[in-house]
Amino acid sequence: MPDAYPITEHTYDVVVVGAGGAGLRATLGLAARGLSTACVTKVFPTRSHTVAAQGGMSAALGNMGEDDWRWHMYDTVKGSDWLGDQDAIEFMCREAMPAVLELEHYGVPFSRTEDGRIYQRPFGGMTTRYGEGIAQRTCAAADRTGHAILHTLYQQSLKHGAEFFIEYFALDLLMDDAGACRGLLAWDLDTGAVHRFRAHAIVLATGGYGRTYFSCTSAHTCTGDGNAMALRAGLPLQDMEFVQFHPTGVYGAGCLITEGVRGEGGFLTNSAGERFMERYAPNAKDLASRDVVSRSMTIEIREGRGVGPLDDHLHLHLEHLQSDVIEKRLPGISETAQIFAGVDVTKEPIPVLPTVHYNMGGIPTNVHGEVVTSKAGDQEVLVPGLLAIGECACVSVHGANRLGSNSLLDIVVFGRAAAERCAELITPGESHPPLPGDSEARALESFDRFRHARGSRPTASIRLDMQRIMQNNAAVFRTGEVLEEGCRLIDDCRATMEDVKVSDRSLVWNSDLVETLELDNLIRQAVVTMHSASHRTESRGAHAREDFPERDDANWLKHTLCWLRNGTAPEFGYRPVHLETLTNDVQSFPPQQRTY
Amino acid sequence: MARLKLPSNSKVESGKTHRAPPGATNVRRFIVYRWAPDEGSNPRTDSFEVDLDECGPMVLDALIRIKNEVDSTLTFRRSCREGVCGSCSMNIDGVNSLACTTPIRAVKGAVKIFPLPHLPVVKDLVPDMKRFYAQYASIKPWMRAVTPPPPDRERLQSPEDRDRLDGLYECILCACCSTSCPSYWWNGDRYLGPAALLQAYRWISDSRDETSGERLDDLEDPFRLYRCHTIMNCTRACPKGLNPAKAIAEIKKMMVVRQL
Repeated sequence: MPDAYPITEHTYDVVVVGAGGAGLRATLGLAARGLSTACVTKVFPTRSHTVAAQGGMSAALGNMGEDDWRWHMYDTVKGSDWLGDQDAIEFMCREAMPAVLELEHYGVPFSRTEDGRIYQRPFGGMTTRYGEGIAQRTCAAADRTGHAILHTLYQQSLKHGAEFFIEYFALDLLMDDAGACRGLLAWDLDTGAVHRFRAHAIVLATGGYGRTYFSCTSAHTCTGDGNAMALRAGLPLQDMEFVQFHPTGVYGAGCLITEGVRGEGGFLTNSAGERFMERYAPNAKDLASRDVVSRSMTIEIREGRGVGPLDDHLHLHLEHLQSDVIEKRLPGISETAQIFAGVDVTKEPIPVLPTVHYNMGGIPTNVHGEVVTSKAGDQEVLVPGLLAIGECACVSVHGANRLGSNSLLDIVVFGRAAAERCAELITPGESHPPLPGDSEARALESFDRFRHARGSRPTASIRLDMQRIMQNNAAVFRTGEVLEEGCRLIDDCRATMEDVKVSDRSLVWNSDLVETLELDNLIRQAVVTMHSASHRTESRGAHAREDFPERDDANWLKHTLCWLRNGTAPEFGYRPVHLETLTNDVQSFPPQQRTY
Repeated sequence: MARLKLPSNSKVESGKTHRAPPGATNVRRFIVYRWAPDEGSNPRTDSFEVDLDECGPMVLDALIRIKNEVDSTLTFRRSCREGVCGSCSMNIDGVNSLACTTPIRAVKGAVKIFPLPHLPVVKDLVPDMKRFYAQYASIKPWMRAVTPPPPDRERLQSPEDRDRLDGLYECILCACCSTSCPSYWWNGDRYLGPAALLQAYRWISDSRDETSGERLDDLEDPFRLYRCHTIMNCTRACPKGLNPAKAIAEIKKMMVVRQL
């Protein structure tokens, strides 16, 4: 059968999979270091979902008031509900300042202060002096920061002559018998040909898997292809139970309305017109961290104080803001609110609802982006030749809950770190040992099977089932009973993939097959997410168990690892949380009660 | 010699009709261009009746509904579904726009959907954008400055200088403008088109960039810049409300001023 697919061969020092912010930052860093680099991406780089990030990128520059990277680190540790690894968080917060300055030097059109410096706005959970005041730490280009950064990184990649393979769908990692990653198999949509990339390192930068849910801010293309490839390669995913609900998705459409709205002075109200966040987070109010705000909103709706004909959403106000703030700082969401909610934000509130937004979990890595796994009692075993960065990685800098504006930071810092690490490990032009003969056979078999799938269930119908199950059974609040039911339902749903029906048999731009391969990827992550959520019997960050309402540091101050091999049930393991810091410039923050 | 007829294999034929499910009351017809390279047949238009009561408000919602429920082979690009990624640009009711931000109700009668005009078609609504991207790269759309940036802080830029980038940097490279321009249709191989020129002007306007002169030199060409004949379809088409025609006019003005 593999003979049916002639393979085009490529050899590079490094192959980056994905061209969002993390992938592009890695790509241009690798190209600049003289390593032969290919960036393989299923969409043209500026279509990647980084483009939709709005509010900004955190860095303790102190342009708008006092700031210190240690305060940023504390906020991030607290935001993570102490599940974040403090060495990685220290690294990220220290690197934040040079990272954002580098972006400015690359040409990102940041908004400016009167004295010409980068404009910074308040964001949820970002404080000064370890929780005392509100920090202005989030560097913004109006409310289009992700767009500005992504386009700039693509421009820099062009400048460095990086090689792109655009609209190539990654099928699988090529692993050798010793468990090292040696390459990648990908399908060129434009010609229909299959390509094999050999490389000393593969850097996965494939983003999140928000599309496992029915309602999400994520793009249609956010299907976590890298996470699924890791699972198929026999690697575990970490902390997959932690799914962030963004407090302000547009009711109905699910489009994102940035937290920057609340950073600029916007606030939420219930049906009584009450600013209810004052009750739940007396200090931070509407700028409490996202998990806290989303839970508060869910309680308000559940207790009958929602707005609208069905009392099922809430209002986000910015009518009281000065028109120049809206025009200069929030033009993008004004447009979004007009198009998707029919709302003029200068006159009416925006109808909003907590909406799936970000995956804290992903492929476990160390602080250099190198993928780690757990084997025979050793919880820090490196997987040679494989790195992961950005939303698909779990370093873990976000722990159980990510702070807003820490993800644009994450992608740039760890994109750069991965490039640096590859440059340390690889000499340009090193020769490649031969691949095991049948390395691509399994991937091609699966590809061929889906291409000719003649079952009874169209891809879209299985996908809708999966999305409904995730929406209903792995929501903002969870209970053991609902999760157990969710596990049964999602396992059954996974089994229906055997009965999937693909109608398009062609190879050029067969988007029916693309969606089926993406669904195969999504459903594995849905299974892992549901089972991990059922497994963790405590409440921490975004994982709120009503049957276990307290955080349980004695038993659960550890990362969940979950393996999902073909045809078997998920298997669990653990990794310790790194409470130690990277250097002596800051002290570890021991677990405390978390209130805002 | 001028060819007065299209070659026979490019004649668009009438394709299949998919009726709305029985009982649907709020039905709208979508007429969609179809062509697949491996079928060896002429392009055709398929007609899909969609029950709008069962469908989201945007044209993209209808396309997704058709793909999910009626014909999963229908192929189009889409990603963010909120007008920022630029994937789902296509010709809707004769106008280039984003399917995700174009409301179905903005179209009267049957909704005719074609790929962006005057680009090679790869399949159905997916055009080949390679030349468009190459033109973008050709204007060197990155910061070029001889002066090294300060090592420990940002380059300073006044809010007023930063304001000059508004209306320029927001471009999403959807190609709605360039592929609506008759001059780009005829001379797309040599005329850069409004999208690339808008980005050229974005860098010329950036107070931090130090190569405005070289950038203007690169555009000083009868085709690259001067095939713009102020038709202004670009500005009319831009789904982000940007004004490429004005940017091109500003570049032309700078060309004149530097001759004085």
